Amino acid sequence: MSKSHLELTGVQMAFDTPSGPFIALDNLNLKIGKGEFVSLIGHSGCGKSTVLNIVAGLLGATRGGCVLDGHEVNTPGPERAVVFQNHSLMPWLTVYENVELAVQQVFRKSMSKRERKAWILHNLELVHMDHAANKRPGEISGGMAQRVGIARALAMKPSVLLMDEPFGALDALTRAHLQDSLMEIQQELNNTVIMITHDVDEAVLLSDRIIMMTNGPAATVGEDLAIDLPRPRNRVAMADNPRYLRYRQAVLSFLYEKQRFPDKAERKPSAGQKQDSGSEGEDEGRQGLRAIA
Amino acid sequence: MSTLSQTDTQTGPGRWLSLMGILFTWQRLASAAQQLLLPLVGILVFLGAWHLAAPQVNTSLGAFPGPADVMEQAGALWQEHQNQRDRAEKYVTMQEERNARILSTNPDAEVRIRAYPGAPTFIDQIGTSLVTVVAGFFLATVIAVPLGIVIGLNRYFNAAMNPLIQIFKPVSPLAWLPLVTMVVSATYVSDDPMFEKSFLTSMITVTLCSLWPTLINTSFGVAAVNPDLVNVSRVLRLSFWTHVRKVVLPSSIPAIFTGLRVSLGIAWMVLIAAEMLSQNPGLGKFVWDEFQNGSSQSLSRIMVAVLAIGFIGFLLDRGMLVVQRKVAWNE
Ligand SMILES: Nc1ncnc2c1ncn2[C@@H]1O[C@H](COP(=O)(O)OP(=O)(O)OP(=O)(O)O)[C@@H](O)[C@H]1O
Ligand SMILES: [Mg+2]
Repeated sequence: MSKSHLELTGVQMAFDTPSGPFIALDNLNLKIGKGEFVSLIGHSGCGKSTVLNIVAGLLGATRGGCVLDGHEVNTPGPERAVVFQNHSLMPWLTVYENVELAVQQVFRKSMSKRERKAWILHNLELVHMDHAANKRPGEISGGMAQRVGIARALAMKPSVLLMDEPFGALDALTRAHLQDSLMEIQQELNNTVIMITHDVDEAVLLSDRIIMMTNGPAATVGEDLAIDLPRPRNRVAMADNPRYLRYRQAVLSFLYEKQRFPDKAERKPSAGQKQDSGSEGEDEGRQGLRAIA
Repeated sequence: MSTLSQTDTQTGPGRWLSLMGILFTWQRLASAAQQLLLPLVGILVFLGAWHLAAPQVNTSLGAFPGPADVMEQAGALWQEHQNQRDRAEKYVTMQEERNARILSTNPDAEVRIRAYPGAPTFIDQIGTSLVTVVAGFFLATVIAVPLGIVIGLNRYFNAAMNPLIQIFKPVSPLAWLPLVTMVVSATYVSDDPMFEKSFLTSMITVTLCSLWPTLINTSFGVAAVNPDLVNVSRVLRLSFWTHVRKVVLPSSIPAIFTGLRVSLGIAWMVLIAAEMLSQNPGLGKFVWDEFQNGSSQSLSRIMVAVLAIGFIGFLLDRGMLVVQRKVAWNE
């Protein structure tokens, strides 16, 4: 692993709110090597999406910054492809056309028309969605749409793949299937991946490293856990692998003992402390973590 | 259902049940019939009530016309149109024959054919109104959609335009008309005008009154584009134009069409009022002329025009719906 392929240094993110600035992230530092699979885990509203958006260039940090391969990130770009939480496919385009929009934009000059077509189909095959190439997002299931979202991101040949709870809305079976495909694809292409998740098992199974975030406001990296398990990983074999269980235990203990759910948790004094917690109003429907507990 | 109805077919309630079973089997047919039948019943009841009520209403021009009188006048208007057209054709053939004679004696002679100078018939007025409304609505669309997109995309522009839109939106065509008339006669001076001034006045009035719903809906639709899709566009680094073409426009097409349909309805209503007020050719002028004419048939003829206006408005809306089905992805 080369040093600091992607580096976040002293990142602070303050949002303007009617009741003054809200410091979501403060002094967050993170180094990620090339080809690493990193999971971000933390309680709802702690600032995971904010971190991802800063790396994507969709949000600008108010202090500190993000450097990718020696260049400061300040605009979004296809080399940092994003898989959004809710697939975000254009509903008026077919599955094929959705991927085509990305491929057209990124490889307009470097690929011939025929090459582009083959490349689009190849990516749809990777996620087993080539059979529905001519369907609209409204005509396929949520899991299928999510796969197309992943295909679209992969088709950009990103050096960093950013995924915001990519499997959050899926049923357990589809989720397991997609996790396996993702592991395979990542092994093959060796992309750097940052994935947000609420699911402890998913984090341990897929990641090389798990970044556990403290509760907001002024959230930062709480613990950084390297997952040293051989690949390819098999979810059934992992179920009674003692090391796997230890990692799992470590994440659970961080989330439910060291960083209890906001309100009960002790908070480190920080700049954002004065904020009322009323602005963290997006907790509904996010009871994933509490449900596991 | 079928097992239920077979239990006791002999007794009264059983028979009813089996009858209902048949009815349910034919449910789809029945619902189709319903869709045809109920509107028909509605129309018939209306015609009946009209027929009974009309003679009770006495005006200075005699009793209010019933459906039969109106039908008769509709036929008469059509006949007048046919007669007029025959005369016009004869007039033109006469000229052609004369020109042929002149040319046979002198091949270099300059010949002309003049149009028939008769007054426009009811059908001609419908044609004029249709051309005017389509032109005015087209102009409104060409202005409102791009402007709406810009307003929807730019928060600052939106804030700047909003008070103007709120103030101009409720203005009645009657208020615009004198201003438009004066401005058109002052600015549109040409020896060989491409359009009649009256046509321009009506068209611009239609445009001014009908562009607001499209403008407002377009800007709302554009402002409401799913932010995640906007982020996709940013990640892809789509250029401004590609972003508008591939993301903003398709996603606001449903909202735009909702606005267009309201606009077209308004355009049609406004046009009739404008034509009446300004005596510009069209259906509105027909109504006004009949009103001034004050013969015993006038009321029936105005009623024919009223029904024609309503029916054409309905057809315009249907036409818009057909276009929407063709263009919009969510239909
Ligand atoms: N545009 C914004 N304006 C104001 N506050 C914001 C904005 N975006 C996020 N926040 C706040 O920043 C904090 C972190 O938000 P973020 O979306 O990153 O959380 P998250 O960890 O992704 O949560 P979840 O797991 O529920 O998706 C939250 O308290 C949120 O209310
Ligand atoms: Mg989030």
